[in-house]
Amino acid sequence: MIIEARELVKEFNGLRAVKGVSFSVNEEEIFGFLGPNGAGKTTTINMLCTLLKPTSGTAILNGYDVIKKPNEVRRSIGLVFQDPSLDERLTAKDNLNFHALIYGIPKRERKRRIAEVLEMVELADRQNDIVRTFSGGMKRRLEIARGLLHYPKILFLDEPTLGLDPQTRSRIWEYIKDLRKKEKITIFLTTHYMDEAEVCDRIAIIDYGKIIALNTPKKLKKQIGGSVVTITTARNELAKKLLKERFSLEAIETNNSLRFEVKEGEKFIPQLVKRLGVEILSVELHLPTLDDVFLKLTGRAIREETVSKRELMRKHWRRR
Amino acid sequence: MAGLVGIYTIWYRELKRFLLDRARIIGSFSQPILWLFLLGTGMGSGLAKVFSRGGGTEMFPGTGIDYLEFLYPGIIGMSILMTSIFSAISIVWDREFGFLKEVLVAPIPRYSITIGKALGGSSVSLLQGVILLLFAPLIKVNLSFLSVIKLILIMFLVSFSLTSLGIVIAARMKSMEGFQVIMNFLMMPMFFLSGAMFPLSGLPEWMEKLVKLDPLTYGIDAIRSTILGAHKIEVAGKVLFQIPTYPLSYDITIIAFFGAIMIILAVVQFNRVE
Repeated sequence: MIIEARELVKEFNGLRAVKGVSFSVNEEEIFGFLGPNGAGKTTTINMLCTLLKPTSGTAILNGYDVIKKPNEVRRSIGLVFQDPSLDERLTAKDNLNFHALIYGIPKRERKRRIAEVLEMVELADRQNDIVRTFSGGMKRRLEIARGLLHYPKILFLDEPTLGLDPQTRSRIWEYIKDLRKKEKITIFLTTHYMDEAEVCDRIAIIDYGKIIALNTPKKLKKQIGGSVVTITTARNELAKKLLKERFSLEAIETNNSLRFEVKEGEKFIPQLVKRLGVEILSVELHLPTLDDVFLKLTGRAIREETVSKRELMRKHWRRR
Repeated sequence: MAGLVGIYTIWYRELKRFLLDRARIIGSFSQPILWLFLLGTGMGSGLAKVFSRGGGTEMFPGTGIDYLEFLYPGIIGMSILMTSIFSAISIVWDREFGFLKEVLVAPIPRYSITIGKALGGSSVSLLQGVILLLFAPLIKVNLSFLSVIKLILIMFLVSFSLTSLGIVIAARMKSMEGFQVIMNFLMMPMFFLSGAMFPLSGLPEWMEKLVKLDPLTYGIDAIRSTILGAHKIEVAGKVLFQIPTYPLSYDITIIAFFGAIMIILAVVQFNRVE
């Protein structure tokens, strides 16, 4: 067990951002924290990496208590933050040098390791350039390189692909998968992109500061029987009622469409069209995704852009 | 050990950033030069006319001190004040650009970040002060080797206390928006009350009280008495003005005391940063 969190709670001025989170992460596992913005992912990471003191509860990382042995914990972890944390006025190499110095990497080792990580993220040819001139993807790669420089046992990646274009995103994931093959390292990541979470060995789904499910992506998706059907009809309200009466199916209405789970979708659709009794405008069938899991657990889609006042407040706190 | 590594690394970064930033280096020269040569020359010749009724360049008749000479230590003090506070406030920049996090999660004790920052900021301002000392011949001030050494020590002490003061403020600041407030309500009053631009004699009582509260008063007084030298001071003191206002040892004791309190406060404040 390389990470063990016990009943972590964090309050900001009476507002509970994290409401008692417990989980454990095995060595060399890719563990994902999945949830919408403001769910408490970053706050939890900040508590694990000693940036925030938990209001109550604690966590043990690599055998060290985050409250009692913060420096030992810090030595065991590498971090890539959601927002850039580079010194943009210095060169890429200066940034790495600074990191090596502050983590007490001996001088002989420093050069070798810097060359090694720069090679890995393919930035060796830009090492003497000022970071300000880098693109978003390059900065993120540099941060990953920096996070690995002191050979941490655990690498934290907080939304490692946030704000990057799809091409860069997939490249970042290549690095992460590669890393797992080459190094003995545990990776703890957060994301709100469901497709990206599939890379994880296990996923904790977090919503409103609580873990609502924790399992392998496969098993999470198995909770959903068979396949997911999404239909739009002329009269959704009525269709929803009829689905319940005639097929005993519970449908969830999102974005003007109805979504429900059935065992054998291909065979069910012809039946549906024949017997529903409401005009069907479109039908879509897919295998369950983590999006469906989240929707099932919370009744909301993860990327639904309904920002309530409460949500805004959470965002505000998260930024601090 | 981790503490020393931290102090060294933070100090090193501060210096490196300064040396890489050409705009900042040029800016740090040009402002004092403007103050000295434009304000100093203008005011000096005007005042000399008034006081000596058209003859001579002395601002303080019978002392051999002209205004430029009087202003010079004040401008050194001003530069140190600005550079020190500005270096400390860069913590807020680091917070906004995220770099502060990288430092806060590093395996070094918090106090070492504060002390490293204080030493880094004071080294940069000391550097600035030393560069200004190079202007001495232009102002026709003669500095002996011994007084240069003395000045370096005094300037370092002043820089260190002011940078620490800046850290105390910066530890609580969330954004650069507050900088203007600090400029208006802290730095400018400190500068005006310090005796950088005018002699601290014959002031109204309320102002005298404020002058005594201003730590920069003692810094500039110490720098000025060292630069002007014993002879000139003796004459000036006898003739009219209180130069120096206080004995050197008294100045230094006050600055050191102030610096000690500020660095302790800075460490305490910064330990609370989340």
